[in-house]
Amino acid sequence: MSLRIGVDIGGTNTDAVLVNSADRVVARAKTPTTPDVVSGIRAALAEVLTPAPLEPVVAAMLGTTQCTNAVVERRGLRSVAIMRLGAPATAAVPPFADWPDDLRQAVSGHVALVHGGHDFTGQELAPLGEDDVRRAAATAAELSMPIAIVGVFSAVNPEHERRAAEICAEEAGVDHSISMSSMVGSIGFLERENATILNAALTEVARLATTSFESAVHSACGVKTCYFTQNDGTLMALDYARRYPSLMLASGPANSMRGGAYLSGVMNGLVVDVGGTTTDIGILVNGFPREAPFVIEIGGVRTNFRMPDVVSLPLGGGTVVRREAGKVTVGPDSVGYRLTQEGLAFGGGQTTFTDVVLSLGRADLDVPVPRPSLEHNLAEKAYRVALEVLERGVQRMRPSADPLTGIGVGGGSVLLPECLDGNVEVVRPDDYAVANAIGAAISEVSGSVDRIVAIGARAMEAIRDEVRQEAIAQAVAAGARSAAARIVLWEEIPIAYLPGNAVRLRAKAAGPLAHAR
Amino acid sequence: MSRRLIGLPELEDLAIGAAVLGTGGGGDPYVGKLWAQGRIHARGPVELIDADDLADDDLVIAAAMMGAPSVIVEKIPNGAELVAAFQAVEQACEARAAAVMCIEAGGINSTIPFALAADLGLPVVDADGMGRAFPEVQMVSFAAYGLPATPMAIADEHGNVTLLRTTSAEWAERLGRALVVAEGGASVLAQYPLRGLDFKRTAIRGTLSLALEIGAGLRGAGRQGNVAIESLTHRLRGAVIFHGKVVQVQRETAGGFVRGAVVIEGLDTRADSRCEVTFQNENLVAIADGSILASVPDLITLLEEESAHPVTTERLRFGMRVYVLALPCAPLWREEIGLAKAGPRCFGLDVEYVPFEQRLAAR
Repeated sequence: MSLRIGVDIGGTNTDAVLVNSADRVVARAKTPTTPDVVSGIRAALAEVLTPAPLEPVVAAMLGTTQCTNAVVERRGLRSVAIMRLGAPATAAVPPFADWPDDLRQAVSGHVALVHGGHDFTGQELAPLGEDDVRRAAATAAELSMPIAIVGVFSAVNPEHERRAAEICAEEAGVDHSISMSSMVGSIGFLERENATILNAALTEVARLATTSFESAVHSACGVKTCYFTQNDGTLMALDYARRYPSLMLASGPANSMRGGAYLSGVMNGLVVDVGGTTTDIGILVNGFPREAPFVIEIGGVRTNFRMPDVVSLPLGGGTVVRREAGKVTVGPDSVGYRLTQEGLAFGGGQTTFTDVVLSLGRADLDVPVPRPSLEHNLAEKAYRVALEVLERGVQRMRPSADPLTGIGVGGGSVLLPECLDGNVEVVRPDDYAVANAIGAAISEVSGSVDRIVAIGARAMEAIRDEVRQEAIAQAVAAGARSAAARIVLWEEIPIAYLPGNAVRLRAKAAGPLAHAR
Repeated sequence: MSRRLIGLPELEDLAIGAAVLGTGGGGDPYVGKLWAQGRIHARGPVELIDADDLADDDLVIAAAMMGAPSVIVEKIPNGAELVAAFQAVEQACEARAAAVMCIEAGGINSTIPFALAADLGLPVVDADGMGRAFPEVQMVSFAAYGLPATPMAIADEHGNVTLLRTTSAEWAERLGRALVVAEGGASVLAQYPLRGLDFKRTAIRGTLSLALEIGAGLRGAGRQGNVAIESLTHRLRGAVIFHGKVVQVQRETAGGFVRGAVVIEGLDTRADSRCEVTFQNENLVAIADGSILASVPDLITLLEEESAHPVTTERLRFGMRVYVLALPCAPLWREEIGLAKAGPRCFGLDVEYVPFEQRLAAR
């Protein structure tokens, strides 16, 4: 038997759990997130490792918001050398065309537009301009800038990006940060370019974050094998996380959803993560977060990062309830993590959503508190307003009107009613409060393929099969046990205005880690 | 004489207004907007002139992209090919153009001509050939009046320029589409070279300033979406024909088009009712409880409840709250010659066209 550690760093709390090889939670901790992050991790690790476990800890999995914060706060970002493979196409819209000025100034380094790229069938637009790639790589090395390589239709055919990356490694060294867009985003050139630039810009932040986590874990329990959770709810190894830190953006909600799925055994449902300030609602499809289908704005930049499809509602346990000019308002402000000092039920002076629910007798906290006395009318009204917010969020996310299971996770999920939006029955599994760290601890590794194919040229079933096999092969290459790797996401999206019936195929495969069990 | 300068903020408005007139299709104006903004940033604002500012002998040529919007968002143009296509048509006409026109005020082709106009230092005429978005070359007012689509030039980023002289706009569509596929799914073109006299007689006027106005109204809407929608429908003499929540979306590709339907369940006063909007790239028909509310060529546009922003068919999904707007098409499309080019039957629909105002009045 062996143990694994899962850690989730959120804006408010750093949670940690210790799970055994049967994925059972044997210890849990919730500590405040510290400004330096790493001391919070140390505190959480110390708590779950006391008393010292009898079995060896073989791996640690971390989910962190540090990359998101770096982009939003423009902190620690590097200037990037951009290499576009697409000339003569794409010149009409240069890089950084739609970026906020401050972020562009922080990140804009060197730009080279070289020949290369493919069309939607995967044929070369032009042969790769290898000499130009080499020159641009030498410049990037000289300026010590991370390199972002973006090829036209690289999601269909990544060959030129791979070759360009090889040349860059030859010129700038194998340790130089090189980001290929086909690993970062999906179809949509500018959005994928933006995503790749941000990825490259984040590599220094990621190096620091991964190194400090690695050393904290190593000194706490001797573990050398660290993994990082991606925003699709799967894992990546340390060196991969350093190359593709953008895959960690929004990994927190993904961890919560994976944890919720595991704890409840519900693989297709709705996850409601209630925190102190906000409630995140996401959808589980085969145990994994449903992906956001559209452009994602991060730090004011349009990207097509793969992200979990999550709606964040301004309602949490600490959300402040008021009566103003006869009208009852709920939020959007919150006392947040100060709920246990400032909430009425805890002897403070603020009426919060928690107080409303407690006063109506609709929930009890795990640690009993006296029921706050609120004017019944006010409490009823506030409760209705809050429920409306929640149900609108549920309506936006649910895939159909069919009955659905809602999984309540997060510290505030005790406040949820038993049923939402008519037929969403809410369950709240054990360890709901640390579902995110559990989600990290039980994560699997994945591989994915995103491709446009022309229907009719070949038998569709053969193409589907090839795409599925490729996704599984990628998952295995990333460290999944091959016998257990399976397709967890499959999408076919028709493409408009093209005769010949083109369709976009997206497949994702996942499986448990081959090692560390 | 009315002149107006189109700069960077105006293109933001235009992109939103064009998506409304795009009636769910027409391609996302985003790439065209960035392209045009880049050229305007480099070369200065573009003049938007009234059709009446054109002399009878002036040559005006349409600039557009043809093909899959999902390709153009990936294989972004070079920029020079549009100039090449435009100049090829000028050459074929043995004349220099006095202005650039938009073939369609809806979708991506509303913004692209501004990039060209900035490059060439030409004005754009405040008029187009559709007053909305349509999918095919012949679904244009000029073709309805019997004016030729060619000489038409199709150009790609490699520098290939093909000049077409066809016997009809339908042939220009068929041959052009084949070329575009061979060139990788999206190319640019210049077409419908017209004399000022013909243009003034056949163009649908004021459609770009209309798109600008719509965009300005919706862009600032913020959380006041319903107010903006109300003033929009009032201004355009349109109507909110349904308000509800998307409960079903079906899509399939057939013959190079995305066909499908969205089912919307009513909210508030329409709680017991359901509306189905069928689309073929663009929205075609809205039916509620067995009766038609509106059909092509009238404009059917879905706006997101909260933001009041237009929703394209590919963005539709379960749970989205939308208003369904019907807007009157240009008068031409209600006449026999218009219906012959872009009436319901041109989209394979067995539907008699009745203006949506009459359908609403009869209910």
